[in-house]
Amino acid sequence: MAHPAPQASGPAASEQADRAGETLLSVDKVTRNFGGLSAVSNVSLQIRRGELVGLIGPNGAGKTTVFNLLTGVYPPSHGAIEFTRDDRTRDIGGMAPHRICAAGIGRTFQNIRLFKDLSVLDNVKIAMQANVPYGLFAAMFHTPKFHKAEVEIVDRSMELLGIMNLADKAGAQARNLSYGDQRHLEIARALATEPTLLLLDEPAAGMNPAETSQLTDLITSLRERFKLSILLIEHDMSLVMRICERLYVLDHGVVIASGSPDEVRRHPKVIEAYLGEEADV
Amino acid sequence: MGEFAQQVINGLSLGSIYALIALGYTMVYGIIQLINFAHGDVYMVGAYVGYFSMTTLRLGFFESLLIAMVICMVLGVVIERVAYKPLRNSTRIAVLITAIGVSLLLEYTMMFFVGAAVRSYPPLPDYLTGSFQVGGVTVGNQQVLIIGVSLLLMAILQLIVRRTRVGRAMRAVSQDADAARLMGINVDNTISFTFALGSALAGAAGVLVGVYYNSINPLMGILPGLKAFVAAVFGGIGLIPGALIGGFFIGGVETFVSAAGQSLYKDAVVFGILIAILIIKPTGLLGRNVKEKV
Amino acid sequence: MKKGLVSFLVKAVPLLAAWAIVLVLINAGIVTDYYLATMATICINIVLAVSLNLITGFTGQFSLGHAGFMAIGAYTCAMVTMAEPSVLGFVGGLLGGGVLAALVGLLVGLPTLRLRGDYLAIATLGMAEIIRIILLNQDATNGAAGLSGIPAFLDWNWMFFLTVATVWIIANFLHSSQGRACISVREDEIAAESIGVHTVRSKVLAFMIGAFFAGIAGGMYASYFYFIKPDLFGFLKSVDILVIVVLGGLGSLSGSIIAAILLALISTALQPFPELRMIIYSLALVVIMIFRPQGLMGSREVSLGVLNRFRRREPAVATASAAPAIRRDDDEEVV
Repeated sequence: MAHPAPQASGPAASEQADRAGETLLSVDKVTRNFGGLSAVSNVSLQIRRGELVGLIGPNGAGKTTVFNLLTGVYPPSHGAIEFTRDDRTRDIGGMAPHRICAAGIGRTFQNIRLFKDLSVLDNVKIAMQANVPYGLFAAMFHTPKFHKAEVEIVDRSMELLGIMNLADKAGAQARNLSYGDQRHLEIARALATEPTLLLLDEPAAGMNPAETSQLTDLITSLRERFKLSILLIEHDMSLVMRICERLYVLDHGVVIASGSPDEVRRHPKVIEAYLGEEADV
Repeated sequence: MGEFAQQVINGLSLGSIYALIALGYTMVYGIIQLINFAHGDVYMVGAYVGYFSMTTLRLGFFESLLIAMVICMVLGVVIERVAYKPLRNSTRIAVLITAIGVSLLLEYTMMFFVGAAVRSYPPLPDYLTGSFQVGGVTVGNQQVLIIGVSLLLMAILQLIVRRTRVGRAMRAVSQDADAARLMGINVDNTISFTFALGSALAGAAGVLVGVYYNSINPLMGILPGLKAFVAAVFGGIGLIPGALIGGFFIGGVETFVSAAGQSLYKDAVVFGILIAILIIKPTGLLGRNVKEKV
Repeated sequence: MKKGLVSFLVKAVPLLAAWAIVLVLINAGIVTDYYLATMATICINIVLAVSLNLITGFTGQFSLGHAGFMAIGAYTCAMVTMAEPSVLGFVGGLLGGGVLAALVGLLVGLPTLRLRGDYLAIATLGMAEIIRIILLNQDATNGAAGLSGIPAFLDWNWMFFLTVATVWIIANFLHSSQGRACISVREDEIAAESIGVHTVRSKVLAFMIGAFFAGIAGGMYASYFYFIKPDLFGFLKSVDILVIVVLGGLGSLSGSIIAAILLALISTALQPFPELRMIIYSLALVVIMIFRPQGLMGSREVSLGVLNRFRRREPAVATASAAPAIRRDDDEEVV
């Protein structure tokens, strides 16, 4: 429950630190077909605890499809997705999205999916729903237990908003936020579900270089603070090269290269896939 | 066996009417994903137009059928342009509520002008009222007329949708309206044309129902409209062959439930089928599953 | 919690005053049976509209079967109070009707709420028709003639209490984590799932709570008007309720209340012209949807106490558009 609080770095944190390096997510030869066409085929990738991994590739390479498979939006046609939490490993391929979220995977969306008509604070409060300690009766009759829990939900939500630099906008309607703030709010909302693995789908899309650089720092600090492992899709190569420890390169639904940013940068297949874009890489 | 064959004939004539109405539902749904609640009432208007054309204007059956189709066609297009078009970018609920509003408006405006009382349909000319025996089964000329007219109209519809330019435009818009627009198709006109086609079929169905049940009233569109919708869902909404299969199926079910002496429950059975389909295979008999894009 | 007390009083005092004033007027013979019947209609319509708004306005699930749930409640309450004509029987019948309606809601909702919105509308419509046809063909319910001579227990006190309690409980629910989950389903189902909301459960929950209170409204109707028949609970009744919700604003409880009162007054005024009433209703639906789809109130709320407006400029429900909502639930106690 007290997870998002920074002081949570007690014994649990050191324990997690000890376990750094163990495999958190293991995608094994996953394929997804859409009516005869395979959007991704035979994709395998691993994420170890505490890692920050990038998933890059040209447009239409299947990156978002990988995210959708990992979060249960649709089930894989073949292959297994294994996720480990609290020493328990299970196949989450094809599990319902809300169960995958409860298992510890949070995500953001490429085409921002906030609850646009609700307040910024409500967006985060909704995401706290999994660990609410009161039942339906308390909810309907607003018992003292309810009030106590709600105060805590608001406190924790405000804390998350503070971390994402949104505290002063808590009362604003989400749709009125700037593009960058909306992306921040999506991250805050995902964090509220207390994930151990965070999937960020183009977090810097639409941001200017200054904002991107700020976001880069924020992502690294979030990883420290919440003991997160992060997988991110990004087109902004400066961001990817700066913060990712490892990269997977996807093209036409297939992993064509993986390794450290330097290795990937020099990989002939990657240069070929990006064609004229290698200057950016 | 004779009894069974008799019920099949009865089911076919009722089913062909449902199929005619279901076609309008399914075409409109296919093209703008709207359950056009007012469709059942367009068909009611068709029945009244046919009635007045045969009584007040003293026109023959086929002329009246044609007039009903033309007037309903115009009505359908007007409804689309006035009530639905402004809501092209609204939520589905908003459009659906509007459709319900249009439906009630047609019903009660009609009631305001012609009164709520049931009217009996004018008698048909002699050559359409007789009956004949085929292997111990009585077939009414009227039934032949209903089935014949329905099948003819369906064949024409199929020709329009498959073989003409505007039919191709309809199919394109129902696949992807934005892409169709980019290819130079006038999407608004295509949608209007779809309403025109569907409403004309409903108008014809209205006259045929008047003949079949021999009575009409301003609220007559509600139940057959809903059942035709069930038929469209059963076959797979958005699919023209689905509407045909569904129409005949629902017509058959209803006929057999009545024949089994349970006519009080025939409507409940149809709605039960609807809920069952929605649970077992919401895309209908011929439908395919499509998942929302993330 | 001093602020909580103030907030409570701000809401409770005007309510109690309204209740007391009407009570005095009834005892003084100024509010006649005719006016009281109008007030009963308003109260019942408020319960119906608020509960449908929970399903359609807040959770985004389009139900056209609310009259079906109302019918279940009405017949249950009628048959129980006829068998056991006491206050206990009335309360038992009322609650029993609500619970039965909620169970039918579960039965229908569980499979159909997985479907997209417009399919649900048709499925609920079909369910309501099935309920009506069953009631029409049973000996126990006396078929089309319906039940008459139902013992009347619903006086002004009951009416008032049941209506206020319904609004209070539904408003509370919407302010809770479970209620917020329902609203998130309306806003964006895929995003809701991604943050762990069990969307089907949220929908079914809202549907059951809505059905429960529709059942209560049915019981209220049976007990006040002591005569019910299946035709009262047809498709048109469902549409009546929908008109109230749409006019008031999908997602606004106070909008539903205002619209219920407004439409009752319009209805009364149009009583001599029943045909015109339906034409006006249907035109209103179309015109509202085209020109003001958010209804009278949109998703905003009016607070009961005028004082609230000075204390904080903020609507009372989680859909709050411009809500400096920090610590909101702390000082927002009852009604």
